Amino acid sequence: MNAADILSTLPELVLTVTALGLLLLEVMGKPPRARFVWVALGGVGLALGLEFAVPSEGQFYAGMISVDLFTRFFNVLFLTTAAGSLLISVPYLRRTLEERGEYYALTLFATVGMMFMAKAHDLTITFLGLELLSVSLYILVAFYRNRVRSNEAGLKYLLLGAFSTGFFLFGIALIYGSTGTTHYDGIRLAIGSGEQLSMALTVTGFGLLIIGFAFKVALVPFHMYAPDVYEGAPTPITAFVSTGPKVAGFAAFLKVIATAFAFTTQHWWGILWILAAITMTVGNITALRQDNLKRMLAFSGVAHAGYLAIAIMVGSADSAFALLFYLAAYAITTLGAFGIVSLIEGEDESGLDMDSYRGLARRSPYLAGVFALIMLSLAGFPPTAGFLGKFFIFSAAIDEGYTWLVIIAVVNSLISVYYYLRPVVAMYMQEPADESAVAVPAFIVPVLLLVVLVALGLGLFPMSLVKNSIAAAGSLF
Amino acid sequence: MDGLQQHLLSLIIFLPTAGAGIIILLKESQRAIVRQVALGTSLVTFGLSLLLFTGFSANDHFQYIEKVEWIANYGISYHVGIDGISLLLVLLTTFITPVAILSSKVAINDRVKGFMVSLLVMETGMLGVFAALDMFLFYVFWEAMLIPMYLLIGIWGGERRLYAAIKFVLFTMFGSLLMLVAILVLYSLSKVQLGHYTTNYLELTSLTLSASMQTWLFLAFALSFAIKVPLFPFHTWLPDAHVEAPTAGSVILAGVLLKMGGYGFLRYCIPLFPQATAQFTPWIVGLAVIGIIYGGMVALVQTDIKKLVAYSSVSHLGYVVLGIFALSLQSVSGSIIQMVNHGLSTGALFLLVGMLYERTHTRQIADYGGLAEVMPHYSVVFIIVTLASIGLPGLNGFVGEFLIIVGSYGTQPTAAILAALGVILSAVYLLWMVHRVFYGPPGAILQASRDEAAPKLADLSRREWAVMVPILALIFVLGVYPKPFLSRIEPAVRRLVVTYQTAHGPVVPAAELVDEQLIMIEKEMN
Repeated sequence: MNAADILSTLPELVLTVTALGLLLLEVMGKPPRARFVWVALGGVGLALGLEFAVPSEGQFYAGMISVDLFTRFFNVLFLTTAAGSLLISVPYLRRTLEERGEYYALTLFATVGMMFMAKAHDLTITFLGLELLSVSLYILVAFYRNRVRSNEAGLKYLLLGAFSTGFFLFGIALIYGSTGTTHYDGIRLAIGSGEQLSMALTVTGFGLLIIGFAFKVALVPFHMYAPDVYEGAPTPITAFVSTGPKVAGFAAFLKVIATAFAFTTQHWWGILWILAAITMTVGNITALRQDNLKRMLAFSGVAHAGYLAIAIMVGSADSAFALLFYLAAYAITTLGAFGIVSLIEGEDESGLDMDSYRGLARRSPYLAGVFALIMLSLAGFPPTAGFLGKFFIFSAAIDEGYTWLVIIAVVNSLISVYYYLRPVVAMYMQEPADESAVAVPAFIVPVLLLVVLVALGLGLFPMSLVKNSIAAAGSLF
Repeated sequence: MDGLQQHLLSLIIFLPTAGAGIIILLKESQRAIVRQVALGTSLVTFGLSLLLFTGFSANDHFQYIEKVEWIANYGISYHVGIDGISLLLVLLTTFITPVAILSSKVAINDRVKGFMVSLLVMETGMLGVFAALDMFLFYVFWEAMLIPMYLLIGIWGGERRLYAAIKFVLFTMFGSLLMLVAILVLYSLSKVQLGHYTTNYLELTSLTLSASMQTWLFLAFALSFAIKVPLFPFHTWLPDAHVEAPTAGSVILAGVLLKMGGYGFLRYCIPLFPQATAQFTPWIVGLAVIGIIYGGMVALVQTDIKKLVAYSSVSHLGYVVLGIFALSLQSVSGSIIQMVNHGLSTGALFLLVGMLYERTHTRQIADYGGLAEVMPHYSVVFIIVTLASIGLPGLNGFVGEFLIIVGSYGTQPTAAILAALGVILSAVYLLWMVHRVFYGPPGAILQASRDEAAPKLADLSRREWAVMVPILALIFVLGVYPKPFLSRIEPAVRRLVVTYQTAHGPVVPAAELVDEQLIMIEKEMN
């Protein structure tokens, strides 16, 4: 290990130190807990700054980690998501009197896990990142010890997560057994030169990896945990769980399939095709029937994983770019959606049903406006970033001849319009039960501004994100 | 001044949105100012669009073209321009919007701010649809105006507004999403055939498409436009949307939104897929004729005036589609004029029905009778508009219907004859309605108003005159002297018909047909 290695992981190290520091502060009981969030945000901000101030490029730690524009794109996205979910958490934690250092520390640990998933250039590191992320999230989901649902969600997540981890690890073992390495480049060379033990073994190993990733990003039929976990987890954590792991999962999935397997998709494109089609359809149709906003957004998240799986399957430079663009738009808007849900939510997890949104446009017009914008972006109405994301993915798919899958996808978009418009109907077209305005804490305001900037700003003027995503996706090829 | 000329079209497109931006900053309580800003913005937009009209030179090129790179890597640009066909529809849009805004003075008192913002944003969307020369941009505008219309119906609509609003959105989206797939296919082909990705309309028209490819793409586009027109049997969303929408919404819906379907056929379906057009023409013409007759028959049995007008739209738009797919110079010109006419006269009918509803809160024909006695001015205006809608010579409706029927006779004789019978049908249901509402024995409403204590039924107010007079003026101008309009659309229509014929073999020799037709119209009227 040398200085270049350290520099290449400086943002992760800063976050880790911050998280450890927070744990210490919690034990010391000083300063007051109200300041913890500033420590955490400071750590995230510093990491974000270092990402740009100390750029590095290439492979480090003996090739275990690669750093390039791709990892920087995702680190920025992870850190933004982390900062956003920290901001959303503060009012919620204070309202429920659960503000503690561990909460912030675990969020940061999870973020470090995500960052390593993108930076990994060796399956063992991918696995370590995945576990760091998962274990932190198991605890966060069950953070509210006195809530039965929170505990249930945590346990469910842990059991099913452990199961999928087993698949993932076994997949790594099979690939190692066949190719003799866990290094991405090594695997690619072994497959390319035919030096592997058996193609069947590699393919099976990769299939098991797909299961592991499919669980993390909630592809049907590995999505069963998602609605219960999303519903049971405290809402700010739902925001984090529905964005972070999904983005990280897709980042690692894309990187593995592009670098280690060089998109030699002929063995599994059929499986991915079916997974994508089923995931979209099941996610959207089930979301139609949900009356609880958290569950509805959970199933809509499943549906979005289906659209994203199209981009993975297509496996072209265009589709990789589209995946990145879509993930950025999805992550920020979903974060904002759960942020607003956490504001409307009352004591004892009430206020999550559609009726609680009645007449919100009268009570708090700006809040309703932002929520409507989020719904429209998720539904893919132009001119929002959500629409562009879909446009890019669909056009990449049609370019490679997957017209039927795109037709399935647009029919799904149509179905999704119905349930995304339900909150809009409630907010704008029904009368409120009480006229009082919803209090919007100052912590949430920057998140909402960011959402508007992304959903509408990037919808109208997408070039900045387009350029960055193309450059980031380009470093995979 | 040069700058204004160069950016005139964009200015017109985005001025309404700018006005909406100002309104958002105002307070809900400042209703009067909100209304004034909305009206002012839409009037300035209309004024500017008149500059478009006067500065437009009658040739078949796209004019007022503006092109700015938007998503460079994808060959997507902000690219707008208009030819004669779009010019007329742009004018119709900028004309109808202030009328709709003015008409909402009494009816809309709740959340005026949101109402005006929706109307103005929608105007931008509609103008963008007519001006876009980039298919991606076209799609963005096409979809972007869905949401304001959805809100207009869903927030300010009648009893069953939620149902009507979601039905409207789902129907429209179903069509447009398949159109999106078709656009993506064309986009993907552009790389293969032209060597670079592009969504530029002018470049995409030069693609060579195989017969089966044409068929699929045509169907995807045509479905979307057929739903919008709406063509029978895709019309079921329209009566719901019309009846539930507030007056201003109905006016915009009838006046402009439905024209986007016809425009789509003219701008995209026919030039891009001429062979498939020829293949499907019998089907579409058949549906158009069914729509004419069916819409008329259903209108005949309606008991609600607004519903009757809504079904008359289905019938009248059948003529538009017939004229478009008869694909002769006169029939297509007639269709475009008919789109404008329908926007004016049906828009006016919705306005008039709205005015009556504001006074009596009923739209049942059975409740009225003898209205001419107490509201003489209103009745005269109503009857003029009805006659225009029927197609009385000397009023605007005649020019369009005449050109369509005569122009279609050469290529689609059976359909033309059936359509001519439809004209009689429309005279029957409209005049019968007029008879029952304005003449005949006094109905419940009239009797109630004779009661001393009850408020009197007022005739047209000054504001209502201000709404109606410009429409009436245009009804007469278009009826008597349509030449300035026809001469501007003629070159574009000729190009369209020639494109179709060169791809598919000549049907009718393209000569100075429009002028001949004008002479015929003049003779007819004398």
